[in-house]
Amino acid sequence: MKVRLLYFAVLRDVTGKGDDVLELPEGTRAADVWQRMRDEYGALREYVHPPMTAINESYADAGQVLRDGDELAFIPPVAGG
Amino acid sequence: MVSFFTDQPIDSAALVRSVLRPTDGAYVLFEGVVRNHNEGKQVESIDYEAYLPMAEKEMARVVGDVRGAFPDVATAVLHRLGHLVVGDASIAIVCASPHRAEAFDACRMMIDRIKQTVPIWKKERGPDGEEWVGWQCKHD
Repeated sequence: MKVRLLYFAVLRDVTGKGDDVLELPEGTRAADVWQRMRDEYGALREYVHPPMTAINESYADAGQVLRDGDELAFIPPVAGG
Repeated sequence: MVSFFTDQPIDSAALVRSVLRPTDGAYVLFEGVVRNHNEGKQVESIDYEAYLPMAEKEMARVVGDVRGAFPDVATAVLHRLGHLVVGDASIAIVCASPHRAEAFDACRMMIDRIKQTVPIWKKERGPDGEEWVGWQCKHD
């Protein structure tokens, strides 16, 4: 299945890009994608738990299983206002 | 749908005019502005960005909750994105009400909730470099 992963703020700086389309096995959870990012980017290694997670523009539990076509974003600490 | 975000300077007077009703006896206008320091560091400018479609939805949720808690209060909120310098307003909130107490309380609830949930980020820039606010605290 394909999942679109969006990068914002510090995560865009770390990855050097705005988004990715990932080919993932069925049953992959959002937290698994975070683990994959930690494996790939040294700057994220010490961040064991993902920041807040959004699936299809709504906050979701990182343990949620992804579905084909989902849009996933990890939400670094928000700082509006 | 009216957006809660703009990349232009905020016209707070226009925001007030957009909500004020003849039945209102008071309005509270809150503006958040860029200050020249944060946690011991000098700040010259801040770049704001948002996960826009989600940020619109989360903002609408906050506004809905505030209106639910204060049914007599009329509200408007506008958050600026992009490059802001010291003294620029990053957000303006207007809460108008027949009586002042509800306007103050609604305004406080609105800004507190926005800061908690709406996916907006800011990168502070100054003579010591730049950093994303909030990222230093680790998640482990």
